[in-house]
Amino acid sequence: MAETNLLSPKPDFVLYGGDIAQLGLKEEIDHGLELLSPLRYKTYHALGEHDYYLDLGEYWERRIGPQYYSFDHKGVHFVVLNSILTHDDWINKWPTPMDRMMTMAGLDNPEGSPFMVGDKQREWLRRDLAKVAKTTPLVVLSHSPLQKIFRNWNFWTEDAEQVQALLAPFERVSVLYGHVHQIQYNQIGNISFNSAMATAWPWPYPETYAQAPSHLPVLTVPMNRADPFQERDATGWQFVDIHSGRVALNYSLNDNGNRVVAYNAATGQPEDQGFQPADARIPPQTHY
Amino acid sequence: MKFRLSIGAMALLVAGVPLANPPLGLPPVPVPADNPQTPEKIALGERIFHDKRLSATGEVGCVSCHDPAMAFTDSPKRVSVGVNGLTGTRNAPTVVNAAYMKSQFWDGREPSLETQSHQPFVNPVEGGLENHAPLLAVVRSDPDYAAAFQRVYGKAGEQITMTEIGQAIASFERTLIAGNSPFDRYHYGGDPRALNDQERRGFDLYLNKARCVSCHVIEQDQALFTDNAFHNVGVGINQIQDEIPPLASAFLEAKRRGADVDKTVLTDPKASELGRFAVTDDISTVGAFKTPTLRNVARTAPYMHDGSLDTLREVVIHYNLGGKSQESDRVNPYLSGGIRPLDLSEPEIDDLVAFLEALTSPEFAATTATTTSPTGDEDHEPSTVTAQLPEAGERDRSDRPAAAEPGAVELRQPESGLHFRLPLGFPHPTHQGD
Repeated sequence: MAETNLLSPKPDFVLYGGDIAQLGLKEEIDHGLELLSPLRYKTYHALGEHDYYLDLGEYWERRIGPQYYSFDHKGVHFVVLNSILTHDDWINKWPTPMDRMMTMAGLDNPEGSPFMVGDKQREWLRRDLAKVAKTTPLVVLSHSPLQKIFRNWNFWTEDAEQVQALLAPFERVSVLYGHVHQIQYNQIGNISFNSAMATAWPWPYPETYAQAPSHLPVLTVPMNRADPFQERDATGWQFVDIHSGRVALNYSLNDNGNRVVAYNAATGQPEDQGFQPADARIPPQTHY
Repeated sequence: MKFRLSIGAMALLVAGVPLANPPLGLPPVPVPADNPQTPEKIALGERIFHDKRLSATGEVGCVSCHDPAMAFTDSPKRVSVGVNGLTGTRNAPTVVNAAYMKSQFWDGREPSLETQSHQPFVNPVEGGLENHAPLLAVVRSDPDYAAAFQRVYGKAGEQITMTEIGQAIASFERTLIAGNSPFDRYHYGGDPRALNDQERRGFDLYLNKARCVSCHVIEQDQALFTDNAFHNVGVGINQIQDEIPPLASAFLEAKRRGADVDKTVLTDPKASELGRFAVTDDISTVGAFKTPTLRNVARTAPYMHDGSLDTLREVVIHYNLGGKSQESDRVNPYLSGGIRPLDLSEPEIDDLVAFLEALTSPEFAATTATTTSPTGDEDHEPSTVTAQLPEAGERDRSDRPAAAEPGAVELRQPESGLHFRLPLGFPHPTHQGD
């Protein structure tokens, strides 16, 4: 928050990609909003599964606002979707809300269920986009990727193709998403996909962290750090430049080199400015 | 070829030690290919290091703030004092083992030892020169310097530039290497008695509960006690944290208009607290400073980039409080992620301090301020303090081979990349006159 407040030039607003809580608890949502409170900019929130599956978004809506919405800013049409919905029969099958929450919060849990935008919200999106000229730059913010990457971890949206079909007629479409805690980018037709880094998780793990009072949520799945000596390694945030009508993401990566992923008009896809050339790539690790 | 220099009683520990055979606990000294060590260049660099004529008042030299008697710092000053008693914003870091650092100055604004020395001559609160011209005029016209530059570089007059001066100083600084502390003898030398019980408990805290080692790195076969990285640890900036947003934008704006970073950060106390940000413009480095080495730290009080903490105990308490010096202080929001309360008990704090005091090299173990320095050498300012040497018997407690015989110095000519280590804290023998 403090670093974001130092940005120059100042951003017009902040997009928060979801998962302000870990297990959907009121105190977690309250604490997350308290952590965000130093931000000096208007903040638009997307809903994540960690915010949702305890009370189906009730407290989140009360504190933050509607689960999906759109707005226009300086000639760009922004849409925020709730992309982490799932089948009603899965939602209703759990003995307690916390059982449901705990299941959805775990990775690789075979009891989980794929994320989706759903019929009702897609119909809303269709009607919302009907009012927008096809030449208007379109930015869609969702928690999960509106593309299919890896189902076991819900790097996935079950009805991604149907959502993409609604976005396809627009000349310039950028989808920004959270959830994956890593840098991803892709191009499908006119739609550019870019992920956001996470500001937490990998979590502080040295035991001394636990010796001071902590209001952070309970950790359900520990995650290895790329560099265990750097407590914030593999976390970060990004400054998004949309001046061209396409997004360019400037990643600020703690204890690591900053990176830029920007749309390349010549190749028609997003590219990592530092790692794209083959001779500039870091070779993959072949031993552990 | 060998040559022998007869010397006076001052140089007792002078030995030709190849840089490839560094003291216990240290790696070989890195030497850039374009600035090889030679005894003549080292001597020239040392001479420049001690020459106070190369300042606006003739009273300030490198040695003023990097005093051999104070482990090459200006302890106990909080911040350094330059010409006309002007003070800067930062505590003088030791030159000892600076040769291993991947960047120079607290904010790393100079990447190399060769270029680092250019700045202090012309900083208004250090050497105070308007530009390097007066300095170059002295070294180009002084017959002794002229002979030395001719010998070392085969250059004279206008051919002598800051490049040659910086190279010579860097070569001298690469000889200021000190390891072989009780810690080194315990950890690398196989001597279990080199640390006492309390120091060993402190070492365990250092590695584990206190997490010092995360940044002050100890490796399997050597320890530089730094990660060469920059961290905001809550010093200085805590007090002005609410002013940082306007300060940061004002600084960037001034920099865009051409403000000199070196001059700004040493003359503007608040801009100084921007730390690494002043160099990188990267907002994730606000208030971050370079991890200093901990070798000989017991001899270089006060501590931190601004000299704001007087004792090692105060430093440990600062980290124990999670990045603030007083319980009632507020940590700044740019604090590095690894800085958190440590929950050390009072006895544990004592143990950790005891360990830090075991990082002192023998060259500095007996360092005391004295006013005796009857060298008769004008360049060396006989009135300044000099280091007291440990007795030969004390030195021999180490497991390392003893250095050269007292009273004589033997320097081997460098052959194919063989380099030399010269002693710490002593006037160079070539200054004594043959």
